[in-house]
Amino acid sequence: MTVRSYGFGAIALEAAVQVPATFEYRRASSVEDALALLERFGEEARVIAGGHSLLPMMKLRLARPEFLVDINDLHELDYLRLEGGELLIGALTRHRTLLESELVGRLFPIFHDAERVIADPPVRNRGTIGGSLCQADPAEDLSAVCTAVRAVAVILGPGGRRSVPMQEFYRGPYETAVGAGELLVEIRVPVRPNAGSAYRKVERKTGDWAVAAAGGALSLADDGRIGWAGIGLAAVSTSLAGYRRVEEALVGREPTDELFTEAGRIAAEDCDPLSDLRGTEEYKRHLAGELTHRALTLAAERARAAGGTGGKDA
Amino acid sequence: MTAVTESAETGSAPASERPVGYGRLKRKEDPRFVRGKGHYVDDVQLPGMLHGAVLRSPLAHARIVSIDTSAAESHPKVRAVITGAALEGLGLAWMPTLSMDTQAVLATDKVRFQGQEVAFVVAEDHYAARDALELIDVEYEPLPPVINARHALDADAPVIRDDLEGRTDNHIFDWEAGDKAATDEVFARADVVVTQEMLYPRVHPAPLETCGCVADMDPVDGKLTLWETTQAPHAHRTLYAMVAGLPEQKIRVISPDIGGGFGNKVGIYPGYVCAVVGSILTKKPVKWVEDRSENLMSTSFARDYHMRGEIAATREGKILGVRVKVLADHGAFNGTAQPTKYPAGFFHIFTGSYDIEAAHCQVTGVYTNKAPGGVAYACSFRVTEAVYLVERLVDCLADELGQDPAELRMRNLLRPEQFPYENKTGWEYDSGDYPATLRKALDLAGYDTLRREQAERRARGELMGIGLSFFTETVGAGPRKHMDILGLGMADGCELRVHPTGKAVVRLSVQSQGQGHETTFAQIVAEELGIPPEDIEVVHGDTDQTPFGLGTYGSRSTPVSGAAAAVVARKVRDKARIIAGAMLEVTPEDLEWEKGRWFVKGDPGTARTIQEIALAAHGALELPEGVEGHLEATTVYNPPNLTFPYGAYLCVVDVDPGTGEVKVRRFVAVDDCGTRINPMIIEGQVHGGLADGVGMALMEIISFDEDGNCLSGSFMDYLVPTALETPAWELGNTVTPSPHHPIGAKGVGESATVGSPAAVVNAVMDAIGVRHADMPLTPGRVWQAMHGGVEPPQ
Repeated sequence: MTVRSYGFGAIALEAAVQVPATFEYRRASSVEDALALLERFGEEARVIAGGHSLLPMMKLRLARPEFLVDINDLHELDYLRLEGGELLIGALTRHRTLLESELVGRLFPIFHDAERVIADPPVRNRGTIGGSLCQADPAEDLSAVCTAVRAVAVILGPGGRRSVPMQEFYRGPYETAVGAGELLVEIRVPVRPNAGSAYRKVERKTGDWAVAAAGGALSLADDGRIGWAGIGLAAVSTSLAGYRRVEEALVGREPTDELFTEAGRIAAEDCDPLSDLRGTEEYKRHLAGELTHRALTLAAERARAAGGTGGKDA
Repeated sequence: MTAVTESAETGSAPASERPVGYGRLKRKEDPRFVRGKGHYVDDVQLPGMLHGAVLRSPLAHARIVSIDTSAAESHPKVRAVITGAALEGLGLAWMPTLSMDTQAVLATDKVRFQGQEVAFVVAEDHYAARDALELIDVEYEPLPPVINARHALDADAPVIRDDLEGRTDNHIFDWEAGDKAATDEVFARADVVVTQEMLYPRVHPAPLETCGCVADMDPVDGKLTLWETTQAPHAHRTLYAMVAGLPEQKIRVISPDIGGGFGNKVGIYPGYVCAVVGSILTKKPVKWVEDRSENLMSTSFARDYHMRGEIAATREGKILGVRVKVLADHGAFNGTAQPTKYPAGFFHIFTGSYDIEAAHCQVTGVYTNKAPGGVAYACSFRVTEAVYLVERLVDCLADELGQDPAELRMRNLLRPEQFPYENKTGWEYDSGDYPATLRKALDLAGYDTLRREQAERRARGELMGIGLSFFTETVGAGPRKHMDILGLGMADGCELRVHPTGKAVVRLSVQSQGQGHETTFAQIVAEELGIPPEDIEVVHGDTDQTPFGLGTYGSRSTPVSGAAAAVVARKVRDKARIIAGAMLEVTPEDLEWEKGRWFVKGDPGTARTIQEIALAAHGALELPEGVEGHLEATTVYNPPNLTFPYGAYLCVVDVDPGTGEVKVRRFVAVDDCGTRINPMIIEGQVHGGLADGVGMALMEIISFDEDGNCLSGSFMDYLVPTALETPAWELGNTVTPSPHHPIGAKGVGESATVGSPAAVVNAVMDAIGVRHADMPLTPGRVWQAMHGGVEPPQ
């Protein structure tokens, strides 16, 4: 997980940098066309959407795809809608669209929290949720967010359509469940009643990848106790799914400051950060706890503020 | 932006009210920049132009066993592959540095830092050149590197510069200033001595435009035209003549629009030399422009000063002396740019703004397996390090004595009647009223109110900090008898010609990298002659069109070339007086000057304007005996002393106790740069410098791992601040003109960079109640400092 902070330039120097290696480029005209192109080019093909992660990596020759399949014309993958108690997000939905969506902000303020601290406006104008999830950087914010809210990724491929929970979608740094010839087309987020969510991130400067970040989502039962909880942390582990102990500690309990401190303590224990230029292991572990506590505190506030209506009108 | 100024310096006036001379004037150069019509080196396109790329060492220290270029040479688009061996045949494998050391152009024996130049490919396009680099096969035998300067002088440290005859260690120089015995005596009798180790980390200028050039050697007439990202075109031309044996009149260096310099573009880089060689070999123009990683990893860094500072004082808080030992990491080649006599630059102004009895510094320079360069980045030749040292020490002393840092500074500042002031290390400060400037900054900030707010917040568990810094700069080098670079005296020429219609062209030896010379210098001439600035063309950055001079760095443009512009304008004015006398048939002594015209004493209605005089000077008027026609003059300005701009800065920060994140809430900067030519440009300079200072204090560092891998080779890892990390600057000023400068101006280009880092660090230390933590104060480092201490960064 330290690839991003260690020796980018050093790798670049060895690789004769900042001009990409030769590649071929195809612009897909439909989802079917994209799938056909991906199938034809196989393992050597990469999908490009916003391109704000892939192109820099290509210019540094850290990535050398032989074929690029551009899906920017697939407007049918750019949508946000409520359907069957789920928020459906097309894979080509831009960060900016998520940030500006009143619907997203109302149902899942955690997305707005995260989008405000993802890169900068030019990146958010082009970058997509599908691209972010498929890039699978361990410090990537939306992967943590989608894990916290228990999102499900919908993948199309030669074998048809399949749904993969976020915890299984993310397979490790820069690795996802999307196989050769496949395309991530949709993210589905279940809407829960009396729910609140929040995301807290520490970065060295605006637009930087997280030193550490934590997303928390919870819903309150009628008795005011936590009925359901989801946690996702960024930049402190090579796994997204390692916080079940935190979630178990929360469910069925009163949402108190002491409980969230305890949740933070467990998150700090269960994460697995590495020391790098962004911070020491000790500091990142501390942040995992501190930010989990802060995210849950805010999520609980929001759940209470949502009252009985949070999500019911969905 | 919040600008608090003394005079009515508000906005830019409509055309009819634009200043004919000093005052707020929108920059003449900006229309082309804001319309994307600037013309930078990478915009140069010539017929048949080829493209160069540099192969760089992946290792910090290694012997080169072999280089195989055959595959690259057989690439269909490659025209030439140049190695160190090929350059050796031309006597160009090594070149002198600005500090009289030698530096490899392309490595022949060893590579000495990661990113060092090993081979140069010339190809038909940029992409092919880069592709061909991958086809060059270099076999290296790795050697143990010296990365930590503190181990560079260990007995068993590998010798980096075994190319230098008789070299058995990594020592470069020892240098000292001040009176050691007197200082030791003061320290022996002091009530209180505070000692603090501090590192000013290696940082990088990181200009938006990286370095590059287009070399065009005309194979017929033997003239080399070199478009180059250089802050010193004339010095470069002379050095090319000396090193490459090219006749100086056959070299034309053009420095077009430059996207930031900050010292990064003072020296000559191997890529420039390779492009020249490439053009000679291929008989075609060759463009070489480095990319961001190359810029960050191989070009002139700044700082890297390991300092041990000591301050001695009475129990009441009277500062008696300052003593400092420095270990200076100069990288693999001693390539720092500074006047020859001063291997530690102007660091010996570390006594700062205080009236002390004695001071002494000792600086030791060492080689390490890191990129060469040194003195760069808006530092006024190491004044940045000096100010940081003394301003941190004063805060450490305040902490030790339990005194308010503002009061402690006020008690020890030099008093106005002490100027001109001879400090204890050999400087003569020209002028200043330091207490008034500090008072103004404290008042602007509402210091007492801030301290009350801080106490209230502390009671609530919130961490708010207030940091001060009072700096004295020394800028505008020469004088030439004390200051030269590679034997070239630091004086600057200027030529002024007034055309028949009363418009003018002024030719400068200095060159702008964004400072606004085209406006400021027009205003200087306008102030002296009364010709509107828009009627004055400023020519700079082309050695065929401008007089000789040493260039723009160390805040020297206005103090040196600005003086030259004023002096040359006064020469023209004097000549205009003689011509006006002939026109009005009176003796010149009967004429009196009013901006823009000479009039007859006692008869203001009888006058000739400068425009009328210009036409007459080119016309049929019979000129007095010995007066040549036309209206022009030249001069060379050799400064009698440096100038000493100064200022008082105050920073307010909030620190998140749970995460260590620092938010700069306010920053008040009161600068005194003497006469203010264009307040708007000064404010822009100060804004940029303050942002620089916040960046260095909070996030910037060129880091290395233990193998010498540079960990800061992209903007993902080398962090520069944005508008979101910086507050709305609150500016003020006082005006204490320099008594020895023709127009009293002191230079301001680096003041804010020099003065601001200490204010930010002092504020953070004040917030977290820790005596010292080294920059950069990233959230993680602040949190560690709050929880048991933080090591110096690597």
